[in-house]
Amino acid sequence: MHGFSSFAAVGVIVACLIIMGSFSLVAVNIRTAISELEKNNEIMVTLDKDLSEADAKSLGSEISAIANVRDRIYVSPEEYRESLVKEMGEEYMIGIPPDVFSPQYRVALEDISFAAETELILQAIQGVDTVRSPSREMSALLSVRRVVELVSIILTALLMVVSLFIMANTIKLATFDRREEIGIQRMVGATKSFIRWPFIVEGFFLGIFASIAAYFLQWAAYERFSNDIGKLADSGVLNVLSFDELRLPMLAVFVLIGFLVGVGGSVMAIRKFLKT
Amino acid sequence: MVRLVDVCKAYDNGTKALRGVTMRIDDGEFVFLIGPSGSGKSTIIKLLTSEIKPSDGKVMVNGYNVNTIKESSIPYLRRTLGVVFQDFRLIEKKNVFDNVAFAMRAVGCSPKEVKKKVPYMLELVGLSHKARRRPFELSGGEQQRVAIARALVNNPLVIIADEPTGNLDPERSLEIMTLLERINSLGTTVLTVTHEKALVNRFAKRVIAIDGGRIVSDKQGGYYSNESTRN
Ligand SMILES: Nc1ncnc2c1ncn2[C@@H]1O[C@H](COP(=O)(O)OP(=O)(O)OP(=O)(O)O)[C@@H](O)[C@H]1O
Ligand SMILES: [Mg+2]
Repeated sequence: MHGFSSFAAVGVIVACLIIMGSFSLVAVNIRTAISELEKNNEIMVTLDKDLSEADAKSLGSEISAIANVRDRIYVSPEEYRESLVKEMGEEYMIGIPPDVFSPQYRVALEDISFAAETELILQAIQGVDTVRSPSREMSALLSVRRVVELVSIILTALLMVVSLFIMANTIKLATFDRREEIGIQRMVGATKSFIRWPFIVEGFFLGIFASIAAYFLQWAAYERFSNDIGKLADSGVLNVLSFDELRLPMLAVFVLIGFLVGVGGSVMAIRKFLKT
Repeated sequence: MVRLVDVCKAYDNGTKALRGVTMRIDDGEFVFLIGPSGSGKSTIIKLLTSEIKPSDGKVMVNGYNVNTIKESSIPYLRRTLGVVFQDFRLIEKKNVFDNVAFAMRAVGCSPKEVKKKVPYMLELVGLSHKARRRPFELSGGEQQRVAIARALVNNPLVIIADEPTGNLDPERSLEIMTLLERINSLGTTVLTVTHEKALVNRFAKRVIAIDGGRIVSDKQGGYYSNESTRN
């Protein structure tokens, strides 16, 4: 009766794939959100107000020398004022004295996850007044990403091992079911590969079937939840990816894992239970 | 051709099943292998099918050296043998035809060849009319005839039967032995292990008697003598 066991194995593999897939989808979404934010997130370095333009400009090379700094742009007080006017409108400037603004640098980073360290270094530079960090949602996202990525890697590894053993057990039961046939095949001179092949094929199909079933379930689940989350986070910070963008890599990864688990599990079982 | 030279076999637990067996069976012979329980008869058969290796001495089977055979060659050695057991070993959920066909498929024969050959084999063992029956619908003698058809279907050089009549009444036993004799007359070498005195005496073939892992007599046209064996 290994029919039930095959059914159970497919079920468990589907569940494993969906758990793994869900975490990976969240991780991918966070990753895209971060790179989206990274594009227009710079550290604002405000210099001492009474710094001469020449002195301010000479600080540029010092900033560039910091390892994590990819680029820096000098913004003179006048340019900054103009940009504010553009953003907020001329009325906003009423009553603000023209000399209230300081020279600035906009600093783009190589790796945003080391922003805090870079800020400390920038702060220490002579002539730097304040350093304004990237947005708060950014650092929140960064730490969430780390957790989600870690969890999805550990879960994937763990669930793959579980699936492998369940698949191996299913194939073991299949060999047990057919032990008489196998005995006769050996007796009449069937080759080792001839005897083993059907079990590999069985594992292959179970694995592929499970991965395709998991893909469709995952798809349905994603459509359902991404809708809700999309509505929730309409602020624009969390831009949920559409499944269409993820479809192909998703299917490829699922099928690959289904293949590895199916064939790997049956090879494991056969090595143990069909020695000769 | 089957040749054993000074063959000893000790199992892993230390049991010495064979203690220097030398024998030679030429193509076309019909040989009875007799001896009391535990004397080493099945051990000889397991050596011939390369299920086990000799601890000492040489075993040659149809051109294969069992001492040095590569694992990947064992299936090809087995294709030169047709093995029949006391307990038939048919697949219960397959019918007679499919049981015989299964052996052909196992060595890579095409469905076309199977379709041609199986009816011929069933006719040879007199079971054409029961091709669609399942093993449980057959008598013991009929089941053993299916097993013989299966052993024969891939054209082995030697048929090896380990107590093929052990589960059968005297009349069925005689039928089976007569069938094996007929197969032998068609050119296949036959080696039969048996306990049945009456049969051995009746067929008057070559008889090899073994006791305590040693050959104690080897006579042409021999009979089951009480001096050489205890039962
Ligand atoms: N796999 C094994 N491991 C250990 N000892 C074994 C094994 N198979 C057989 N023996 C022992 O080897 C001896 C010879 O066994 P074998 O099966 O060859 O006897 P046999 O002549 O076929 O007996 P029978 O007529 O009862 O079938 C016996 O003492 C038996 O207990
Ligand atoms: Mg025996």
